[in-house]
Amino acid sequence: MAEHEGTAAADRPVSTLRMVRTLYGSRLRSQASFRASFLADLLGQVLIVGTEFLELWVILTQVETLGGMTLPQVAVVYGLGALAFGIGDLFFGEIDGLSAQIRSGRLETLLIRPVPLLLQISSLDLSLRRLGRILVGLAMYATALGLAGFSPTPATLLLAALAPLAGALLFGALFTMAGALQFWLVDGREFANAFTYGGNYVATTPGAVFALPMRAFFTFVIPATLIAYAPALALLDLPGPALIPTWAGWLGLPAALLAWALALTLWRGGVRRYTGAGG
Amino acid sequence: MPAHGRIAAAAFRQHSTYRLATAAGVFTNTVFGLIRASILFAAIGTAGGELGGYTMLQAATYVWLGQALLAPIEAFGTREVSQRVHQGDIAVDLLRPVDLLTLHYAQKLGRAGFLVLARGLPPLAVGALVTGLALPEDPLSYLLGAVSLLLAITVAFLADMMVNLVAFWLVETRGLTVVYTATMNLLSGFLIPIVWFPDWLLAIARATPFPSMIQTPIDTLSGRVPPLEALGLMGVQLGWTALLAVAAWAMLRAGVRSVEVQGG
Repeated sequence: MAEHEGTAAADRPVSTLRMVRTLYGSRLRSQASFRASFLADLLGQVLIVGTEFLELWVILTQVETLGGMTLPQVAVVYGLGALAFGIGDLFFGEIDGLSAQIRSGRLETLLIRPVPLLLQISSLDLSLRRLGRILVGLAMYATALGLAGFSPTPATLLLAALAPLAGALLFGALFTMAGALQFWLVDGREFANAFTYGGNYVATTPGAVFALPMRAFFTFVIPATLIAYAPALALLDLPGPALIPTWAGWLGLPAALLAWALALTLWRGGVRRYTGAGG
Repeated sequence: MPAHGRIAAAAFRQHSTYRLATAAGVFTNTVFGLIRASILFAAIGTAGGELGGYTMLQAATYVWLGQALLAPIEAFGTREVSQRVHQGDIAVDLLRPVDLLTLHYAQKLGRAGFLVLARGLPPLAVGALVTGLALPEDPLSYLLGAVSLLLAITVAFLADMMVNLVAFWLVETRGLTVVYTATMNLLSGFLIPIVWFPDWLLAIARATPFPSMIQTPIDTLSGRVPPLEALGLMGVQLGWTALLAVAAWAMLRAGVRSVEVQGG
Protein backbone atom coordinates (compact mmCIF):
# COMPACT_ATOMS: atom_id res chain seq x y z
CA MET A 1 0.00 0.00 0.00
CA ALA A 2 2.69 2.47 1.05
CA GLU A 3 4.66 2.03 -2.17
CA HIS A 4 1.56 2.50 -4.28
CA GLU A 5 0.84 5.70 -2.47
CA GLY A 6 4.41 6.83 -3.05
CA THR A 7 4.17 6.47 -6.82
CA ALA A 8 0.71 8.01 -6.85
CA ALA A 9 2.02 11.00 -4.91
CA ALA A 10 4.44 11.74 -7.75
CA ASP A 11 1.53 12.03 -10.18
CA ARG A 12 -0.88 13.95 -8.03
CA PRO A 13 0.16 17.10 -6.15
CA VAL A 14 -0.84 15.95 -2.64
CA SER A 15 -2.94 12.99 -1.53
CA THR A 16 -5.98 13.73 0.60
CA LEU A 17 -4.53 11.68 3.43
CA ARG A 18 -1.31 13.68 3.39
CA MET A 19 -3.30 16.89 3.25
CA VAL A 20 -5.31 15.87 6.32
CA ARG A 21 -2.11 14.96 8.13
CA THR A 22 -0.39 18.24 7.26
CA LEU A 23 -3.39 20.40 8.14
CA TYR A 24 -4.12 18.79 11.48
CA GLY A 25 -0.42 18.47 12.33
CA SER A 26 0.13 22.21 11.95
CA ARG A 27 -2.87 23.01 14.15
CA LEU A 28 -1.64 20.68 16.86
CA ARG A 29 1.88 22.15 16.83
CA SER A 30 0.56 25.71 17.00
CA GLN A 31 -1.54 24.90 20.07
CA ALA A 32 1.21 23.09 21.90
CA SER A 33 3.12 26.38 22.01
CA PHE A 34 0.72 28.13 24.43
CA ARG A 35 0.81 25.73 27.33
CA ALA A 36 -0.70 27.79 30.19
CA SER A 37 -3.59 28.96 28.06
CA PHE A 38 -4.15 25.42 26.81
CA LEU A 39 -4.30 24.08 30.38
CA ALA A 40 -6.81 26.77 31.40
CA ASP A 41 -8.92 25.91 28.36
CA LEU A 42 -8.77 22.22 29.18
CA LEU A 43 -9.75 22.86 32.79
CA GLY A 44 -12.59 25.05 31.58
CA GLN A 45 -13.96 22.26 29.41
CA VAL A 46 -13.76 19.78 32.29
CA LEU A 47 -15.59 22.26 34.49
CA ILE A 48 -18.36 22.79 31.92
CA VAL A 49 -19.01 19.06 31.75
CA GLY A 50 -18.86 18.93 35.56
CA THR A 51 -21.39 21.71 36.13
CA GLU A 52 -23.72 20.34 33.47
CA PHE A 53 -23.72 16.96 35.16
CA LEU A 54 -24.04 18.60 38.58
CA GLU A 55 -27.43 19.87 37.42
CA LEU A 56 -28.64 16.28 36.98
CA TRP A 57 -26.89 15.17 40.16
CA VAL A 58 -28.57 17.89 42.28
CA ILE A 59 -31.97 16.86 40.92
CA LEU A 60 -31.21 13.22 41.74
CA THR A 61 -30.33 14.11 45.34
CA GLN A 62 -33.95 15.33 45.61
CA VAL A 63 -35.75 12.52 43.75
CA GLU A 64 -35.00 8.81 43.31
CA THR A 65 -35.27 8.71 39.53
CA LEU A 66 -35.32 11.15 36.62
CA GLY A 67 -37.23 9.99 33.55
CA GLY A 68 -37.31 6.54 35.14
CA MET A 69 -33.52 6.33 35.51
CA THR A 70 -31.37 6.16 38.63
CA LEU A 71 -28.21 8.26 39.08
CA PRO A 72 -25.78 5.65 37.62
CA GLN A 73 -28.12 5.10 34.66
CA VAL A 74 -28.42 8.85 34.08
CA ALA A 75 -24.61 9.03 34.27
CA VAL A 76 -24.34 6.45 31.46
CA VAL A 77 -26.56 8.64 29.27
CA TYR A 78 -24.66 11.79 30.23
CA GLY A 79 -21.19 10.27 29.81
CA LEU A 80 -22.00 8.71 26.45
CA GLY A 81 -23.63 11.92 25.20
CA ALA A 82 -20.69 14.06 26.37
CA LEU A 83 -18.18 11.68 24.77
CA ALA A 84 -20.02 11.66 21.43
CA PHE A 85 -20.47 15.44 21.45
CA GLY A 86 -16.82 15.94 22.42
CA ILE A 87 -15.55 13.91 19.44
CA GLY A 88 -18.02 15.51 17.03
CA ASP A 89 -17.16 18.97 18.34
CA LEU A 90 -13.40 18.32 18.07
CA PHE A 91 -13.62 17.70 14.34
CA PHE A 92 -16.67 19.66 13.23
CA GLY A 93 -17.35 22.22 15.97
CA GLU A 94 -15.90 25.12 14.02
CA ILE A 95 -18.21 24.81 11.05
CA ASP A 96 -20.97 26.70 12.83
CA GLY A 97 -18.65 29.74 12.86
CA LEU A 98 -18.92 29.92 9.08
CA SER A 99 -20.91 33.16 9.18
CA ALA A 100 -17.89 34.94 10.71
CA GLN A 101 -15.72 33.63 7.85
CA ILE A 102 -18.27 34.83 5.34
CA ARG A 103 -18.65 38.28 6.88
CA SER A 104 -14.90 38.88 7.15
CA GLY A 105 -14.32 37.76 3.56
CA ARG A 106 -11.93 35.01 4.70
CA LEU A 107 -14.06 32.37 3.01
CA GLU A 108 -12.83 33.53 -0.41
CA THR A 109 -9.26 32.76 0.61
CA LEU A 110 -10.26 29.27 1.63
CA LEU A 111 -12.29 28.68 -1.53
CA ILE A 112 -9.40 29.32 -3.93
CA ARG A 113 -7.15 26.79 -2.19
CA PRO A 114 -7.03 23.32 -3.74
CA VAL A 115 -8.23 21.71 -0.52
CA PRO A 116 -11.86 20.74 0.15
CA LEU A 117 -13.57 23.59 2.00
CA LEU A 118 -15.16 21.33 4.62
CA LEU A 119 -11.75 19.89 5.51
CA GLN A 120 -10.16 23.34 5.85
CA ILE A 121 -12.90 24.72 8.05
CA SER A 122 -13.09 21.65 10.25
CA SER A 123 -9.36 21.90 10.92
CA LEU A 124 -9.24 25.72 11.33
CA ASP A 125 -9.43 25.63 15.08
CA LEU A 126 -9.03 21.99 15.96
CA SER A 127 -8.92 22.72 19.64
CA LEU A 128 -7.25 20.22 21.85
CA ARG A 129 -9.06 21.83 24.80
CA ARG A 130 -12.05 19.85 23.56
CA LEU A 131 -10.19 16.76 24.74
CA GLY A 132 -11.36 17.84 28.22
CA ARG A 133 -14.96 16.96 27.43
CA ILE A 134 -13.93 13.74 25.69
CA LEU A 135 -11.82 12.53 28.62
CA VAL A 136 -14.45 13.32 31.26
CA GLY A 137 -17.17 11.82 29.09
CA LEU A 138 -15.20 8.64 28.52
CA ALA A 139 -14.35 8.24 32.22
CA MET A 140 -17.95 8.83 33.25
CA TYR A 141 -19.32 6.49 30.56
CA ALA A 142 -17.02 3.61 31.54
CA THR A 143 -17.47 4.08 35.32
CA ALA A 144 -21.23 4.52 35.13
CA LEU A 145 -21.63 1.42 32.94
CA GLY A 146 -19.91 -0.56 35.69
CA LEU A 147 -22.07 0.95 38.44
CA ALA A 148 -25.34 0.64 36.51
CA GLY A 149 -25.05 -3.14 36.10
CA PHE A 150 -23.88 -3.49 32.50
CA SER A 151 -23.65 -7.17 31.57
CA PRO A 152 -21.23 -7.59 28.67
CA THR A 153 -22.13 -9.89 25.79
CA PRO A 154 -20.53 -9.69 22.32
CA ALA A 155 -23.54 -7.70 21.11
CA THR A 156 -23.62 -5.19 23.99
CA LEU A 157 -19.84 -4.75 23.90
CA LEU A 158 -20.06 -3.97 20.18
CA LEU A 159 -22.84 -1.47 20.86
CA ALA A 160 -20.90 0.09 23.73
CA ALA A 161 -17.94 0.75 21.42
CA LEU A 162 -20.02 1.74 18.41
CA ALA A 163 -22.40 4.14 20.16
CA PRO A 164 -19.90 6.98 20.88
CA LEU A 165 -18.67 6.89 17.28
CA ALA A 166 -22.17 6.84 15.78
CA GLY A 167 -23.10 9.69 18.13
CA ALA A 168 -20.01 11.68 17.11
CA LEU A 169 -20.93 11.18 13.45
CA LEU A 170 -24.46 12.40 14.16
CA PHE A 171 -23.17 15.51 15.92
CA GLY A 172 -20.72 16.06 13.04
CA ALA A 173 -23.64 15.96 10.58
CA LEU A 174 -25.61 18.39 12.76
CA PHE A 175 -22.66 20.80 12.88
CA THR A 176 -22.23 20.55 9.09
CA MET A 177 -25.93 21.25 8.54
CA ALA A 178 -25.68 24.18 10.94
CA GLY A 179 -22.74 25.50 8.93
CA ALA A 180 -24.47 24.97 5.58
CA LEU A 181 -27.52 26.87 6.85
CA GLN A 182 -25.34 29.96 7.22
CA PHE A 183 -24.85 30.28 3.48
CA TRP A 184 -28.51 31.27 3.51
CA LEU A 185 -28.77 32.94 6.95
CA VAL A 186 -25.54 34.81 7.61
CA ASP A 187 -26.87 36.48 10.77
CA GLY A 188 -28.72 33.43 11.98
CA ARG A 189 -25.94 31.47 13.65
CA GLU A 190 -27.98 31.01 16.80
CA PHE A 191 -30.75 29.14 14.95
CA ALA A 192 -28.21 26.42 14.42
CA ASN A 193 -27.25 26.41 18.11
CA ALA A 194 -30.75 25.22 18.96
CA PHE A 195 -30.01 22.01 17.05
CA THR A 196 -26.31 21.49 17.81
CA TYR A 197 -26.03 22.56 21.46
CA GLY A 198 -29.74 21.92 22.00
CA GLY A 199 -29.19 18.46 20.53
CA ASN A 200 -26.35 17.95 23.01
CA TYR A 201 -28.61 19.00 25.90
CA VAL A 202 -31.30 16.54 24.79
CA ALA A 203 -28.78 13.76 24.09
CA THR A 204 -27.34 13.97 27.63
CA THR A 205 -30.80 13.78 29.25
CA PRO A 206 -33.01 10.71 29.87
CA GLY A 207 -35.38 10.95 26.89
CA ALA A 208 -38.45 9.90 28.89
CA VAL A 209 -38.59 13.36 30.54
CA PHE A 210 -39.83 14.90 27.28
CA ALA A 211 -43.52 15.11 26.46
CA LEU A 212 -44.52 13.13 23.34
CA PRO A 213 -44.33 15.91 20.70
CA MET A 214 -40.83 16.92 21.81
CA ARG A 215 -39.71 13.31 22.10
CA ALA A 216 -40.93 12.67 18.55
CA PHE A 217 -39.16 15.77 17.23
CA PHE A 218 -35.86 14.90 18.92
CA THR A 219 -36.05 11.28 17.70
CA PHE A 220 -37.40 11.48 14.15
CA VAL A 221 -36.38 15.00 13.02
CA ILE A 222 -33.25 15.76 15.05
CA PRO A 223 -32.30 12.26 16.22
CA ALA A 224 -30.72 13.41 19.52
CA THR A 225 -32.35 10.73 21.70
CA LEU A 226 -30.71 8.06 19.49
CA ILE A 227 -27.23 9.34 20.43
CA ALA A 228 -27.02 8.31 24.08
CA TYR A 229 -30.42 7.66 25.63
CA ALA A 230 -31.53 4.87 23.29
CA PRO A 231 -28.12 3.10 23.34
CA ALA A 232 -28.10 3.36 27.16
CA LEU A 233 -31.49 1.63 27.27
CA ALA A 234 -30.15 -1.18 25.06
CA LEU A 235 -26.86 -1.46 26.99
CA LEU A 236 -28.58 -1.66 30.38
CA ASP A 237 -31.55 -3.66 29.05
CA LEU A 238 -34.12 -1.15 30.28
CA PRO A 239 -37.62 -0.75 28.81
CA GLY A 240 -38.03 2.44 26.78
CA PRO A 241 -40.89 4.97 26.84
CA ALA A 242 -43.35 5.40 23.99
CA LEU A 243 -41.63 6.01 20.60
CA ILE A 244 -38.21 4.86 21.89
CA PRO A 245 -38.15 1.06 22.23
CA THR A 246 -35.02 -0.61 23.62
CA TRP A 247 -33.89 -1.82 20.17
CA ALA A 248 -33.78 1.81 18.97
CA GLY A 249 -30.36 1.82 20.63
CA TRP A 250 -29.02 0.26 17.43
CA LEU A 251 -30.40 2.99 15.17
CA GLY A 252 -27.62 5.54 15.83
CA LEU A 253 -25.40 4.51 12.91
CA PRO A 254 -28.14 4.34 10.24
CA ALA A 255 -29.46 7.69 11.47
CA ALA A 256 -25.94 9.15 11.28
CA LEU A 257 -25.48 7.98 7.69
CA LEU A 258 -28.83 9.44 6.70
CA ALA A 259 -27.97 12.71 8.44
CA TRP A 260 -24.60 12.92 6.65
CA ALA A 261 -26.23 12.36 3.24
CA LEU A 262 -28.52 15.28 4.00
CA ALA A 263 -25.72 17.40 5.48
CA LEU A 264 -23.44 16.98 2.47
CA THR A 265 -26.28 17.81 0.05
CA LEU A 266 -27.05 20.95 2.02
CA TRP A 267 -23.36 21.88 2.22
CA ARG A 268 -22.81 21.48 -1.55
CA GLY A 269 -25.95 23.49 -2.24
CA GLY A 270 -24.68 26.23 0.06
CA VAL A 271 -21.20 26.39 -1.46
CA ARG A 272 -22.68 26.47 -4.98
CA ARG A 273 -25.03 29.25 -3.98
CA TYR A 274 -22.29 31.34 -2.39
CA THR A 275 -21.40 34.36 -4.47
CA GLY A 276 -18.93 36.08 -2.17
CA ALA A 277 -19.09 38.87 0.35
CA GLY A 278 -17.84 41.48 -2.11
CA GLY A 279 -14.41 42.99 -2.39
CA MET B 1 -23.65 62.40 31.90
CA PRO B 2 -25.43 63.39 28.65
CA ALA B 3 -22.59 61.61 26.82
CA HIS B 4 -23.46 58.39 28.64
CA GLY B 5 -27.13 58.77 27.73
CA ARG B 6 -26.20 59.09 24.07
CA ILE B 7 -23.85 56.09 24.31
CA ALA B 8 -26.64 53.98 25.82
CA ALA B 9 -29.11 55.12 23.14
CA ALA B 10 -26.59 54.30 20.41
CA ALA B 11 -26.04 50.80 21.84
CA PHE B 12 -29.82 50.28 21.91
CA ARG B 13 -30.16 51.33 18.26
CA GLN B 14 -27.11 49.37 17.17
CA HIS B 15 -28.54 46.12 18.50
CA SER B 16 -32.00 46.76 17.12
CA THR B 17 -30.54 46.46 13.59
CA TYR B 18 -29.66 42.78 13.94
CA ARG B 19 -33.19 41.50 13.36
CA LEU B 20 -32.38 38.04 12.06
CA ALA B 21 -29.82 37.47 14.82
CA THR B 22 -32.43 38.52 17.39
CA ALA B 23 -35.01 36.16 15.95
CA ALA B 24 -32.45 33.35 15.94
CA GLY B 25 -31.60 34.06 19.58
CA VAL B 26 -35.26 34.05 20.59
CA PHE B 27 -35.78 30.73 18.82
CA THR B 28 -32.79 29.12 20.53
CA ASN B 29 -33.67 30.52 23.97
CA THR B 30 -37.17 29.10 23.53
CA VAL B 31 -35.97 25.62 22.50
CA PHE B 32 -33.64 25.51 25.51
CA GLY B 33 -36.52 26.70 27.72
CA LEU B 34 -38.64 23.76 26.56
CA ILE B 35 -35.80 21.31 27.29
CA ARG B 36 -35.10 22.81 30.74
CA ALA B 37 -38.79 22.88 31.66
CA SER B 38 -39.12 19.20 30.63
CA ILE B 39 -36.31 18.17 32.99
CA LEU B 40 -37.70 20.13 35.96
CA PHE B 41 -41.27 18.93 35.29
CA ALA B 42 -40.09 15.31 35.28
CA ALA B 43 -38.32 15.82 38.61
CA ILE B 44 -41.30 17.61 40.22
CA GLY B 45 -43.68 14.99 38.82
CA THR B 46 -41.63 12.19 40.40
CA ALA B 47 -41.49 14.11 43.69
CA GLY B 48 -45.31 14.28 43.72
CA GLY B 49 -46.11 17.78 42.42
CA GLU B 50 -43.79 19.91 44.55
CA LEU B 51 -40.02 19.95 44.94
CA GLY B 52 -37.92 22.23 47.16
CA GLY B 53 -40.69 24.82 47.35
CA TYR B 54 -41.38 24.80 43.59
CA THR B 55 -44.67 23.67 42.04
CA MET B 56 -44.82 22.88 38.30
CA LEU B 57 -46.10 26.38 37.52
CA GLN B 58 -43.42 28.06 39.65
CA ALA B 59 -40.70 25.93 38.03
CA ALA B 60 -42.01 26.90 34.58
CA THR B 61 -41.95 30.57 35.58
CA TYR B 62 -38.41 30.15 36.90
CA VAL B 63 -37.25 28.54 33.63
CA TRP B 64 -38.91 31.09 31.31
CA LEU B 65 -37.74 34.10 33.32
CA GLY B 66 -34.23 32.61 33.26
CA GLN B 67 -34.36 32.21 29.48
CA ALA B 68 -35.70 35.77 29.16
CA LEU B 69 -32.96 37.31 31.33
CA LEU B 70 -30.08 35.31 29.84
CA ALA B 71 -29.41 37.74 26.98
CA PRO B 72 -29.81 41.07 28.84
CA ILE B 73 -27.65 39.84 31.75
CA GLU B 74 -25.16 38.31 29.28
CA ALA B 75 -24.85 35.18 31.38
CA PHE B 76 -22.33 33.68 28.95
CA GLY B 77 -19.88 36.55 29.43
CA THR B 78 -18.43 39.06 27.01
CA ARG B 79 -14.96 39.15 25.49
CA GLU B 80 -14.84 42.59 23.91
CA VAL B 81 -12.74 44.43 26.50
CA SER B 82 -10.23 41.58 26.94
CA GLN B 83 -9.78 41.47 23.17
CA ARG B 84 -9.23 45.22 23.04
CA VAL B 85 -6.56 44.86 25.74
CA HIS B 86 -5.06 41.97 23.85
CA GLN B 87 -4.87 43.87 20.57
CA GLY B 88 -3.70 47.12 22.14
CA ASP B 89 -6.87 49.01 21.18
CA ILE B 90 -7.40 49.68 24.88
CA ALA B 91 -4.82 52.50 24.57
CA VAL B 92 -7.26 54.35 22.32
CA ASP B 93 -10.10 53.76 24.77
CA LEU B 94 -8.05 55.16 27.64
CA LEU B 95 -7.44 58.38 25.72
CA ARG B 96 -11.16 59.04 25.41
CA PRO B 97 -12.65 61.72 27.66
CA VAL B 98 -15.13 59.17 29.09
CA ASP B 99 -14.09 56.81 31.88
CA LEU B 100 -13.68 53.25 30.55
CA LEU B 101 -15.93 51.51 33.08
CA THR B 102 -18.84 53.95 32.84
CA LEU B 103 -18.52 53.97 29.03
CA HIS B 104 -18.97 50.21 28.89
CA TYR B 105 -21.67 50.32 31.56
CA ALA B 106 -23.66 52.82 29.48
CA GLN B 107 -23.27 50.56 26.43
CA LYS B 108 -24.35 47.57 28.47
CA LEU B 109 -27.48 49.33 29.74
CA GLY B 110 -28.46 50.40 26.22
CA ARG B 111 -27.91 46.89 24.93
CA ALA B 112 -29.75 45.34 27.87
CA GLY B 113 -32.69 47.69 27.34
CA PHE B 114 -33.09 46.38 23.81
CA LEU B 115 -32.48 42.77 24.77
CA VAL B 116 -35.07 42.79 27.58
CA LEU B 117 -37.72 43.79 25.05
CA ALA B 118 -36.59 41.77 22.02
CA ARG B 119 -35.02 38.68 23.55
CA GLY B 120 -36.84 38.63 26.90
CA LEU B 121 -40.51 39.10 26.14
CA PRO B 122 -40.94 36.52 23.31
CA PRO B 123 -39.77 33.46 25.33
CA LEU B 124 -42.02 34.63 28.19
CA ALA B 125 -44.96 34.80 25.78
CA VAL B 126 -44.21 31.27 24.52
CA GLY B 127 -43.91 30.09 28.12
CA ALA B 128 -47.25 31.65 29.02
CA LEU B 129 -48.86 29.77 26.12
CA VAL B 130 -47.14 26.40 26.46
CA THR B 131 -46.74 25.86 30.21
CA GLY B 132 -48.39 28.87 31.84
CA LEU B 133 -46.65 31.32 34.18
CA ALA B 134 -47.15 32.10 37.87
CA LEU B 135 -46.91 35.89 37.87
CA PRO B 136 -47.35 38.00 41.00
CA GLU B 137 -50.60 39.83 41.69
CA ASP B 138 -48.98 42.52 43.81
CA PRO B 139 -47.92 45.42 41.54
CA LEU B 140 -45.12 46.10 44.04
CA SER B 141 -43.41 42.85 42.95
CA TYR B 142 -43.07 44.20 39.39
CA LEU B 143 -41.52 47.45 40.62
CA LEU B 144 -39.09 45.60 42.91
CA GLY B 145 -38.43 43.12 40.11
CA ALA B 146 -37.43 45.91 37.72
CA VAL B 147 -35.02 47.42 40.27
CA SER B 148 -33.63 43.98 41.12
CA LEU B 149 -33.08 43.29 37.41
CA LEU B 150 -31.17 46.55 37.02
CA LEU B 151 -28.99 45.61 40.01
CA ALA B 152 -28.48 42.09 38.59
CA ILE B 153 -27.35 43.53 35.25
CA THR B 154 -24.96 45.84 37.15
CA VAL B 155 -23.44 43.06 39.29
CA ALA B 156 -23.05 40.79 36.23
CA PHE B 157 -21.46 43.65 34.29
CA LEU B 158 -18.90 44.40 37.02
CA ALA B 159 -17.90 40.77 37.53
CA ASP B 160 -17.65 40.19 33.78
CA MET B 161 -15.56 43.34 33.46
CA MET B 162 -13.15 42.07 36.12
CA VAL B 163 -12.72 38.81 34.18
CA ASN B 164 -12.03 40.87 31.04
CA LEU B 165 -9.54 43.12 32.81
CA VAL B 166 -7.40 40.12 33.76
CA ALA B 167 -6.24 40.40 30.13
CA PHE B 168 -3.87 43.15 31.34
CA TRP B 169 -1.81 40.42 33.01
CA LEU B 170 -2.63 37.21 31.12
CA VAL B 171 -1.93 36.88 27.42
CA GLU B 172 -4.91 34.65 26.72
CA THR B 173 -8.09 34.79 28.83
CA ARG B 174 -10.38 32.43 26.95
CA GLY B 175 -9.87 29.61 29.43
CA LEU B 176 -10.64 31.95 32.32
CA THR B 177 -13.85 33.10 30.61
CA VAL B 178 -14.93 29.49 30.18
CA VAL B 179 -14.23 28.70 33.86
CA TYR B 180 -16.08 31.85 34.96
CA THR B 181 -19.10 31.12 32.77
CA ALA B 182 -19.42 27.51 33.94
CA THR B 183 -19.19 28.58 37.61
CA MET B 184 -21.63 31.42 37.09
CA ASN B 185 -24.24 29.31 35.31
CA LEU B 186 -24.30 26.85 38.17
CA LEU B 187 -23.97 29.11 41.23
CA SER B 188 -26.22 31.90 39.93
CA GLY B 189 -29.18 29.53 40.00
CA PHE B 190 -29.55 29.66 36.24
CA LEU B 191 -29.41 25.88 35.68
CA ILE B 192 -31.39 24.85 38.76
CA PRO B 193 -32.82 26.89 41.68
CA ILE B 194 -30.10 27.22 44.32
CA VAL B 195 -32.52 26.15 47.08
CA TRP B 196 -32.39 22.66 45.53
CA PHE B 197 -28.65 22.50 46.20
CA PRO B 198 -27.33 20.36 49.05
CA ASP B 199 -26.44 22.57 52.06
CA TRP B 200 -22.70 22.77 51.36
CA LEU B 201 -23.20 23.89 47.76
CA LEU B 202 -25.91 26.34 48.80
CA ALA B 203 -23.51 27.85 51.35
CA ILE B 204 -20.84 28.25 48.66
CA ALA B 205 -23.33 29.85 46.25
CA ARG B 206 -24.61 32.29 48.87
CA ALA B 207 -21.06 33.43 49.62
CA THR B 208 -20.58 34.55 46.00
CA PRO B 209 -22.17 37.39 43.97
CA PHE B 210 -23.60 34.88 41.47
CA PRO B 211 -27.13 34.42 42.94
CA SER B 212 -27.47 38.23 42.80
CA MET B 213 -27.19 37.98 39.02
CA ILE B 214 -30.01 35.56 38.20
CA GLN B 215 -31.73 33.86 41.16
CA THR B 216 -32.57 37.14 42.93
CA PRO B 217 -34.19 38.96 39.97
CA ILE B 218 -36.15 35.80 39.07
CA ASP B 219 -37.37 35.35 42.66
CA THR B 220 -38.33 39.01 42.90
CA LEU B 221 -39.98 39.27 39.47
CA SER B 222 -41.97 36.06 39.90
CA GLY B 223 -43.14 37.10 43.36
CA ARG B 224 -41.96 33.77 44.75
CA VAL B 225 -40.17 35.79 47.40
CA PRO B 226 -42.50 38.24 49.21
CA PRO B 227 -41.61 41.97 48.83
CA LEU B 228 -40.10 42.34 52.32
CA GLU B 229 -37.73 39.42 51.80
CA ALA B 230 -36.97 40.67 48.30
CA LEU B 231 -35.81 43.98 49.80
CA GLY B 232 -33.24 42.08 51.87
CA LEU B 233 -31.97 40.24 48.77
CA MET B 234 -31.74 43.53 46.92
CA GLY B 235 -29.64 44.86 49.80
CA VAL B 236 -27.25 41.97 49.13
CA GLN B 237 -27.23 42.94 45.43
CA LEU B 238 -26.39 46.53 46.39
CA GLY B 239 -23.56 45.32 48.61
CA TRP B 240 -22.04 43.27 45.78
CA THR B 241 -22.45 46.20 43.40
CA ALA B 242 -20.42 48.45 45.71
CA LEU B 243 -17.75 45.83 46.41
CA LEU B 244 -17.29 44.80 42.77
CA ALA B 245 -17.31 48.41 41.56
CA VAL B 246 -14.39 49.24 43.88
CA ALA B 247 -12.56 46.05 42.88
CA ALA B 248 -13.08 46.57 39.14
CA TRP B 249 -11.94 50.18 39.41
CA ALA B 250 -8.81 49.15 41.35
CA MET B 251 -8.06 46.47 38.74
CA LEU B 252 -8.41 48.95 35.93
CA ARG B 253 -6.03 51.41 37.67
CA ALA B 254 -3.42 48.73 38.33
CA GLY B 255 -3.82 47.39 34.80
CA VAL B 256 -3.37 50.77 33.18
CA ARG B 257 -0.17 51.28 35.14
CA SER B 258 1.24 47.92 34.01
CA VAL B 259 0.06 48.09 30.43
CA GLU B 260 2.60 48.29 27.67
CA VAL B 261 1.27 49.09 24.24
CA GLN B 262 3.55 48.49 21.32
CA GLY B 263 3.51 50.27 18.03
CA GLY B 264 2.99 53.92 17.32
